[in-house]
Amino acid sequence: MKNTNQRKIFKQIIITGFGGQGIVLAGKIMGQAAALGDHMESTLIQSYGPESRGGACSAQVIISDTSISYPYVRSADILAAMSQGGYDKYIGMLKDDGILIVDQDLAKPHGFEREYVAIPSTRMAEELGRKMMANIIMIGCITAVTGALTLESARKTVSDSVPKGTEEMNVKAFSKGHDFGLSVLKSRQKKAAGITGAIS
Amino acid sequence: MKPAVLTGEHYMTGDEACAEGALAAGCLFFGGYPITPATEVAERMSARLPGVGGTYIQMEDEIAAMAAVVGASCAGVKSMTATSGPGFSLMMENIGLAVCTETPCVVVNVQRAGPSTGLPTMGAQGDMMQARWGSHGHYDIIALAPSSAQEIFYQSILAFNLSETYRTPVLIMTDEVVGHMSERVIIPDAKEIKLMSRPTPKVGKERFKPFAPAENGVAPMANAGEGYKIHVTGLTHDEKGYPVMTVDAQVSMMERIMNKFAKNLKHILRTESHRIEDAEIVVVSYGVSARTALAAVEDARERGIRAGLLRLITVWPFPSEMICSLAARVKGFVTVEQNLGQIHLEVQRAAAGKAPAYLAGHAGGSLISPEQVLDVIEHGF
Repeated sequence: MKNTNQRKIFKQIIITGFGGQGIVLAGKIMGQAAALGDHMESTLIQSYGPESRGGACSAQVIISDTSISYPYVRSADILAAMSQGGYDKYIGMLKDDGILIVDQDLAKPHGFEREYVAIPSTRMAEELGRKMMANIIMIGCITAVTGALTLESARKTVSDSVPKGTEEMNVKAFSKGHDFGLSVLKSRQKKAAGITGAIS
Repeated sequence: MKPAVLTGEHYMTGDEACAEGALAAGCLFFGGYPITPATEVAERMSARLPGVGGTYIQMEDEIAAMAAVVGASCAGVKSMTATSGPGFSLMMENIGLAVCTETPCVVVNVQRAGPSTGLPTMGAQGDMMQARWGSHGHYDIIALAPSSAQEIFYQSILAFNLSETYRTPVLIMTDEVVGHMSERVIIPDAKEIKLMSRPTPKVGKERFKPFAPAENGVAPMANAGEGYKIHVTGLTHDEKGYPVMTVDAQVSMMERIMNKFAKNLKHILRTESHRIEDAEIVVVSYGVSARTALAAVEDARERGIRAGLLRLITVWPFPSEMICSLAARVKGFVTVEQNLGQIHLEVQRAAAGKAPAYLAGHAGGSLISPEQVLDVIEHGF
């Protein structure tokens, strides 16, 4: 075990939703993309037992540039909520400057007073013909908004992790989510530039 | 078909890495009975063993699973099983048989919270004392404790190597968190993996005695069916393996079984230290708890407390002498484990009153947090 004091990157991520939405797969794709694609250290702790089959489900991913000792999320840099129950359960763990991303049709962040990202990931997946790809769209959005993974690693790991024959469709879903995330960032930049202009 | 050694970089769970380590070690028999959180070890072995010429058998229960493992090993095949608390209890009888018959085998315990059925999907380290003497009678045993998926891969290989070298069951005492957590696992080339096999007979078939120890205390082993006369029994036996119901036979058999460990202790014991050279407070931990302990040691150092970590890789045998010599110079010990004080008692015993030893324990079901450990480090002394 190495000294963990000198770390520069240490991202704690929670993805949450119902069992069956592919939350655990989303966690695995993110952890694997970080470890094998981006050559970072990563750990994935996933829901196990009844909750991964219908109840409140979560995946905790830590990505670091040095070895990870304690593998549970102590306070989250990123929370991606794909259900109201998941949002309610984990919002308290999000850091004050942490990034919140919600599936806007499935989780309403009542009382959350900072800026957050709302993406209709399930609706977008339905439009692509498969509701079950909402998790992949969400990974695309997380990748674009947070920079936790490189685009290449995330896209490749999505392609490597989904059932044979569905790679193309899933990569398309990933790109949709990624584009959505980029457009959110762009509109924020515009807004920020506008405000600066007004002050000066 | 995939090869036995899956050389390359993987992202897998501890349970999967455990199975891959066993396959890399040459394991060709798994006698199993699935149980959470060890099921994925059995699942992976059932998928992989047929492809490498091995055999997977699901038995009717854990008693039978362990019996099958002992039998397969007697026939010359590297054998293992994997279970959790309730199954570990059932396996105890035949683990004792393997100890008494000096049969190499590997038993993985992916620990969950107990007692009894406990919390099936949540981790603990409550079986550490059961690992020591859970089967009846007096004996020594080897128990390893992995902290990560990568380490469990290597410990699976180590477990087979130690079990074959010393003709003893070896226990891998992991837990639900390490078992189910995914991490990077790098599997080296097959030629870089050093494998050990049981010592083979050095004398002719007429003169061979299956329990006559060589100089290192370990008796060469003939496998069933090779033409050597062997007799295997759980009764007290002589060097030929025949039952002898006398005090003398008991004393000499016990001497032989204990000597394997006494004579080879320095080859068996394994620990890892971190910042211990100038440490005033030594945190002792193992398995998944050592990850919490490391985080707490780093936090303590940041606050100017000279803390260090002694991580037990072999929990059994226990490094008593090392603790004893540390006790002479440190302020004290803190043992971090996911039970309410088991290895803590060993640290206390070995410290022998020369330094105080405190516990940072947890009832199980969740990891103890680094903050809780730091609290004991800061306020215990």
